[in-house]
Amino acid sequence: MKEVLLDIEQIRKDFPILHRKVNGQPLVYLDNAATSQTPQQVIDAITDYYSRYNANIHRGVHSLSQEATDAYEQARRKIQGHFNAAHPEEIIFTSGTTHAINLVAQGFTTFLSPGDEIWVSALEHHSNIVPWQMLCERSGAKLRVIPMNENGELELDVFKSNVGPQTKLVFVNHVSNALGTINPIEAIIETAHAVGAAVLVDGAQAAPHIVADFQALDVDFYTVSAHKMCGPTGVGVLYGKKDWLEKLPPYQGGGEMIATVSFEETTYAGLPHKFEAGTPNICGGIAFGAALDYLHGIGMQAIQEYEEELLQYATEKLLAIPGLKIYGEAPEKTSVISFNLEGIHPYDVGTLLDQMGIAVRTGHHCAQPIMDFYKIPGTVRASFCFYNTQEEVDRLTAGIDKARQMLS
Amino acid sequence: MENRGIQEIQEEIVDEFALFDDWMQRYEYMIELGKSLPQIAPEFKTDDHLIKGCQSKVWVHAHLDEDKLVFTADSEAIITKGIIAILIRAFSNHKPSEILEAETDFIDEIGLKEHLSPTRANGLVSMIKQLKLYAVAYQAQAESGA
Ligand SMILES: Cc1ncc(COP(=O)(O)O)c(C=O)c1O
Repeated sequence: MKEVLLDIEQIRKDFPILHRKVNGQPLVYLDNAATSQTPQQVIDAITDYYSRYNANIHRGVHSLSQEATDAYEQARRKIQGHFNAAHPEEIIFTSGTTHAINLVAQGFTTFLSPGDEIWVSALEHHSNIVPWQMLCERSGAKLRVIPMNENGELELDVFKSNVGPQTKLVFVNHVSNALGTINPIEAIIETAHAVGAAVLVDGAQAAPHIVADFQALDVDFYTVSAHKMCGPTGVGVLYGKKDWLEKLPPYQGGGEMIATVSFEETTYAGLPHKFEAGTPNICGGIAFGAALDYLHGIGMQAIQEYEEELLQYATEKLLAIPGLKIYGEAPEKTSVISFNLEGIHPYDVGTLLDQMGIAVRTGHHCAQPIMDFYKIPGTVRASFCFYNTQEEVDRLTAGIDKARQMLS
Repeated sequence: MENRGIQEIQEEIVDEFALFDDWMQRYEYMIELGKSLPQIAPEFKTDDHLIKGCQSKVWVHAHLDEDKLVFTADSEAIITKGIIAILIRAFSNHKPSEILEAETDFIDEIGLKEHLSPTRANGLVSMIKQLKLYAVAYQAQAESGA
């Protein structure tokens, strides 16, 4: 292994939760793909907001409201800068990826007619397939699937040879939550754009590891959830190209999203407010900005390199366990390992690991189609963050081996 | 007392578990119990008998033997099977009325509380509900038939 680039010892001090015990043992938190942990700097930003300048935004003439508005809008700019969006108003605050996807799916209803096609990938979070199924029911459009192979990679041939003027929208995750595969979104965007289709990329799993450059990618829509990148729960972002966001009808009616209202007619506010009805998660947005500051303090490049090393180390260690099979072996993947022990149900492995203080996810990871593809009930998923260590990987390995002995 | 039988069995289970001094012994015992669970007859291992827990499938069947309700069950996960074996040992072979009155607190006492938390997606909470529902159904049948 190469020299470790980050001072992990120091970084771990920033995360109070990493120092607690679970079931009498020091916690080994390896469920980062579900939710990452929160550094003290972000916790402080939350405390600071409620202690010093909690107020409603965009409304008050008083100082507190102005301070809160400034901080919230500054967070929007931090997000814009991080992802290299052309304009701050292309960053729409949402409650997370799910909300962002629904906003686009709802808005597309008016753009589709029977005969049109929407493509989704076989690697999707199944709850994210539902909004597109609903959109198809509303509009008469047809849902088509980009298939996957045994390695957990998307097979673009079927997609490339079947798109055409009827193709209106393509939905794909940048990184699969169940397998960690990094999908070839550049090629997908290029193919879609060649036939005039829009592309929405679900970046929930990618954003903690990879910095997408929205302008370079030329992506039409991209979604992020703060709670997977050291930020708080219940806040996220929909990025949309300005042209698209201007065309898309508003999702919810309410305060903030209107310019003038009478009983005869309402005119909508401009971007981003048109999509931000009601009082938003002000503190959450500000804390999301603080989380980005924290990540930049460490360096996204260093994070990515360290996580790659950790993934390599963990993959080697886990593969040495007899009967262990890894699902998703694409050469391009993030620090996620989905696996099973031969003849053993993932739930049993997860239960025993929990007794040892090791937090992993078990089950179908909301990706039932992928589990059906492999004909398995689910997997055990260990997902690593930059604050995880080789010692923790060793504890995981020992824990899995112990579970294997107990269960076979 | 009507449900003394069930309670006695539960106390016996609690006493057995009290002998273990750590989680590993407890779980090893449950895994053993899981392996020894008399499996549900294959014809009942159908979707009709499936209790949908998010993570591991659980099947339950009940039939009446004279005036006693007999349960058989199975699961894909061995630890879940171990707990099912414990529940069946406590509840099977009792009158529906006794099953309906029985408590499930003993699961707490044997240190398996987390498995019966309603937020744990393993189907066990629904399984207990299902055992009780079978008891309700058979009791109603007995009353209307009498
Ligand atoms: C790929 C992917 N998309 C979407 C989501 C949903 O994100 P949220 O619950 O923050 O809306 C997740 C989170 O589990 C995910 O992994």
